Amino acid sequence: MSGHYNFAYLDEQTKRMIRRAILKAIAIPGYQVPFASREMPMPYGWGTGGVQVTAAILGANDVLKMIDQGSDDTTNAVALRGFFEKTAGVATTTRTEDATVIQTRHRIPEMTLQEHQVLVYQVPIPEPLRFLEPRETETRKMHAMEEYGLMHVKLYEDIATHGHIATTYAYPVKVMGRYVMDPSPTPKFDNPKMDRMAALQLYGAGREKRIYAIPPFTDVVSLDFEDHPFDVQEWPDTACALCGAEGVYFDEVITDDHGGRMFCCSDSDYCEMRRAAGHIGDQTRFTEAAE
Amino acid sequence: MDDQPLLSVTGVSKFYGGQIGCNDVSFDLYPGEVLAIVGESGSGKTTLLNCISTRLEPTAGTVEYAMRDGRMSDLYQMGEAERRFLMRTDWGFVHQNPADGLRMGVSAGANVGERLMAIGQRHYGNIRSEAADWMERVEIAVGRIDDRPSQFSGGMRQRLQIARNLVTAPRLVFMDEPTGGLDVSVQARLLDLVRGLVADLGLSIIVVTHDLAVARLLSHRMMVMKSGHVIESGLTDQVLDDPREPYTQLLVSSILQV
Repeated sequence: MSGHYNFAYLDEQTKRMIRRAILKAIAIPGYQVPFASREMPMPYGWGTGGVQVTAAILGANDVLKMIDQGSDDTTNAVALRGFFEKTAGVATTTRTEDATVIQTRHRIPEMTLQEHQVLVYQVPIPEPLRFLEPRETETRKMHAMEEYGLMHVKLYEDIATHGHIATTYAYPVKVMGRYVMDPSPTPKFDNPKMDRMAALQLYGAGREKRIYAIPPFTDVVSLDFEDHPFDVQEWPDTACALCGAEGVYFDEVITDDHGGRMFCCSDSDYCEMRRAAGHIGDQTRFTEAAE
Repeated sequence: MDDQPLLSVTGVSKFYGGQIGCNDVSFDLYPGEVLAIVGESGSGKTTLLNCISTRLEPTAGTVEYAMRDGRMSDLYQMGEAERRFLMRTDWGFVHQNPADGLRMGVSAGANVGERLMAIGQRHYGNIRSEAADWMERVEIAVGRIDDRPSQFSGGMRQRLQIARNLVTAPRLVFMDEPTGGLDVSVQARLLDLVRGLVADLGLSIIVVTHDLAVARLLSHRMMVMKSGHVIESGLTDQVLDDPREPYTQLLVSSILQV
């Protein structure tokens, strides 16, 4: 079937246009570069921005991994992986370490990424100031003039309402001491991983027609107050029920109608890798004992 | 009062095509002085206020401001970044409709604290206590610090707007009909408050109003505008007690006597 499509679906001129936007985004870390987002054969909100970025940077020898909520086997990940298998014919994988291009929705893999890898994020709303200042003309000016007081107004409101900074995802960061950026809907748990990451990070927002980037080894600081410093979610005394991992980002899974629940790694590849290496969690242990 | 003016306006004109907004207005404003611009609707007073507060570029003329280091600086020659910085630190702007000057969707405390955060304060406790302090000064119960302005009455909103503007200790505040739409008893308290703040903080204010009573209570000097021209100016008491221009006489005699 792939013979019916141009490589990776988009035509070459479009890919060039997107590459130019990507280069500009890398040159100005954290700055939102407008680009002529195309109609894609999937609805907005399903990752059209990330898909266009991936299509523009994909080469025939790349190995692609797709993540949706940390997992390789949820609808969005399966559908988009299939899309590129069909239109580009590239090799795909679920293993983080084997991938050269990783497109993600929400999560950054638990495993530390390397210099030869590129992480592509699907972004719904690229403008961190949007919910406080609805005018695009004004937010652009605020970025240009570095007027970021408003960003702290949001954090102030959190503390005033909840007693702590209650923003748990899309937590605003300052890139290279200049632009304030929205790290897509990733949980703030993953924010520290963005700081000085070896891999290139690209962000694509299809509906909003913006691309932005964090070059490798760039300083990324999460905004906070001196007396309410940034911190990440913690699950004290919790280990993955399948692989026994601690200190990772957990999914809570309801197992029955009687309040039964378990926690397991949100990063499915990380969990599988650990189990393959012989780590076991409580559930695995009980199941094996029952057998 | 100082010898050097805080704001020096020379020959400011604004034309909307062939229409005159305001024509050839010149005046100096000194530190601690309150100047009222009065006139009926359409006389060009709001246009003039917008021209001198950098919200609307004039067709001709210059507006110079004494920066904190004492140097006079032409507002329309400086960069936009510097101008905006001035707007949110050294100046205040009180809108007639508080909804224009407040963020209605965030709490009162955040509204007051926004300017502090904009100039780099990053300590939540300090920002909050300063916001509480200012709410007290403008007579809003501190217990309402986490309520949104949309839950406030018109008078409270206007006082909150004033607090939000004054928190960075500006030297110059522009007010556009600050008492418009408020009932008289609320007006009186607001005017009292502003008078107190002017005396305490040594503020300079340029206030635009069609209400001559507001001008008399607040201002030291006043300018009367008609059809875009300043037709009379002088000390407030002098202009109101002994108006020379026929139009001013008409305005003064039009005040409702109760």
